Amino acid sequence: MSSVNPSAYPDTDSDAAPPRKEWPLWEIFIRGQHGMSHRHVGSLHAPDSEMAIKNARDVYTRRNEGVSIWAVESRHIAATVPSEKGPMFEPSESKVYRHPTFYDIPDEVGHM
Amino acid sequence: MYAQMVKSTGKGVKTREEMSEDERAFQDKIDADTKIEPRDWMPEEYRKTLVRQIGQHAHSEIVGQLPEGNWITRAPTLERKMILLAKVQDEAGHGLYLYAAAETLGVSRDEMTEDLLSGKMKYSSIFNYPTLTWADMGAVGWLVDGAAIMNQVPLQRTSYGPYSRAMIRICKEESFHQRQGYDIMMKMAQGSPEQKRMAQDALNRFWYPSLMMFGPSDADSVHSAQSMAWKIKINTNDELRQKFVDQTVPQAEYLGLSIPDPDLKWNAERGHYDFTEPDWQEFFDVIKGNGPCNTERLGDRTRAWEEGRWVREGLMAHANKRAARIAAE
Amino acid sequence: MADTIDRTALQQFLLRMGDNTLILGHRVSEWCGHAPVLEEDIALANTALDLIGQTQLWLDYAAEVEGAGRSADDLAFLRDVWDFRNVLLVELPNGDFGQTLMRQFLYDAWASIMLGRLQKSADERVREIAEKAAKENAYHVERSADTVVGLGDGTEESHTRMQAALDYLYPYVGELFESDATDAAMVEAGVAPDPAGLREDYDALVGRVMADATLRLPEKAYVHRGGRSGTMHTEHLGHLLCTMQWLQRAYPGCRW
Repeated sequence: MSSVNPSAYPDTDSDAAPPRKEWPLWEIFIRGQHGMSHRHVGSLHAPDSEMAIKNARDVYTRRNEGVSIWAVESRHIAATVPSEKGPMFEPSESKVYRHPTFYDIPDEVGHM
Repeated sequence: MYAQMVKSTGKGVKTREEMSEDERAFQDKIDADTKIEPRDWMPEEYRKTLVRQIGQHAHSEIVGQLPEGNWITRAPTLERKMILLAKVQDEAGHGLYLYAAAETLGVSRDEMTEDLLSGKMKYSSIFNYPTLTWADMGAVGWLVDGAAIMNQVPLQRTSYGPYSRAMIRICKEESFHQRQGYDIMMKMAQGSPEQKRMAQDALNRFWYPSLMMFGPSDADSVHSAQSMAWKIKINTNDELRQKFVDQTVPQAEYLGLSIPDPDLKWNAERGHYDFTEPDWQEFFDVIKGNGPCNTERLGDRTRAWEEGRWVREGLMAHANKRAARIAAE
Repeated sequence: MADTIDRTALQQFLLRMGDNTLILGHRVSEWCGHAPVLEEDIALANTALDLIGQTQLWLDYAAEVEGAGRSADDLAFLRDVWDFRNVLLVELPNGDFGQTLMRQFLYDAWASIMLGRLQKSADERVREIAEKAAKENAYHVERSADTVVGLGDGTEESHTRMQAALDYLYPYVGELFESDATDAAMVEAGVAPDPAGLREDYDALVGRVMADATLRLPEKAYVHRGGRSGTMHTEHLGHLLCTMQWLQRAYPGCRW
């Protein structure tokens, strides 16, 4: 069983299906004024990547939310399978030594 | 509400013993407030009910553009025109977010649109009432958005992840909608005698249709019981309606307007206002297509869809041509 | 600045700028809730909002220069047809979506050049307004150009409709480049460029976009004029004003 899906969402437009007239779905990621990285904000339809970016500007930055936009066609997003959550993510739970709080440093040493 | 009388299984909530192993695990996640995500296993009826509910909600936002859009070109000042336009634009945005949430369940926006236009899917009864004076822009913002917010705030906690995230975004953006409506009402109520008359008239016409937005009492509805067990419905219709009345009465008093209900009075024992139920026959008439504006509203949407086809197809054809040209290079 | 120049001419110039954005913004706002696809509906509303916002700035300044105690709203809602100074192009009906976007592009292309020049105006207020408007317009012209190209080079039907839109609208383009005494006064005071001087850049930009759109620019197009001078508007403007001004006219002196 693969732990990776070809798509985050169930298919509404797969490559195999006959071409539909509906504009493809895009996932929009925006980096905000003070944001450190792009965050998924939602989806929209657009005929191509340029219009996807423009539509994202009009739909998702109406309130001065962003300084940078990424658009990815939804069918190109690979995703983990939710039912495989256990093997995918639980092993890291036990690796407590990766967290700074695992170590006791005397107060006298100062900030570290 | 924006989603009224959404049907679920119609069979009542299954007991744990009646559930399959998958169903039990699914219900456990919901009970533990874990969000359900698009690729998670879910009962087919949960998926279908959600598509109906989110779709109806989205359609309501889209059709809901029309009664207010009716006044954009007649707004009395440049500022009012911009505020109203921005608000109606937000509604289009909210429709878009909601369609996108429904699309994660494997149904396309075009399919949902066609189901709206064919009458297979519904939208909220409220948008089948006309907006006749500028005060209606106040009443719609104050009462209709006020009623919608009652329902949308708890839905931010709904079990389906994409729906919940859409509602969070919508609630954040909607915070100015009700206030701008009340602001219009204040100006009208404090204005000339004609303006006051418009304000009272708007309240008279929108009061009962606003109460109908919550839908008929669903205390005994098997559909609502299932939806509540799935946390795609959080409160009963009556709870929300009472909350709306309790909140709105003092606001009307502040405006110096009277709510068109002679039997409205504070019930100290219950700690709530007693009020007259709306005429449910009228509600069912509107739902069936016989409201004052059903024909116009669906006609408008159908025209936009039909007359826009060549645009959608034209831009798609161009994108395909360009992609082919780039691929050939 | 405004003290050393002909205030009547300056006010006329400001009305021309503000009436263009007012009437075009109004026309675009008529689409709200009726566009071919949700994303376009939202984008058109943004364009209309920008244009109406610009209107407020231009007409505020026009009212100030006039010095008669009127507000931007008074100018927008209480003048009659003969006092409007917008070009005829912007008052023409929306037609189909293609005609609306073609009109938008033909206007945006002009505005992108005009606003660029106005950012060097000797008048500080004009400069400030132009700077803000130019940023908004830079996006508008990109979007309307893309749409004109997409629909021109789309399907056979979309191409035919876009060519028809261009043929209908092009005779109204020439008015944007007409010069009169008001313009001469603005040139002399360093407030605004001679409109005729914008034509070359405009033709280059429009020519490029129409070529990408596979559309043919009409040869020897007639020039309809009368809007920016106010001598003869189209019949359409009166109907637009009937709608736009109705509340203010029916209930004068109210606060809204």
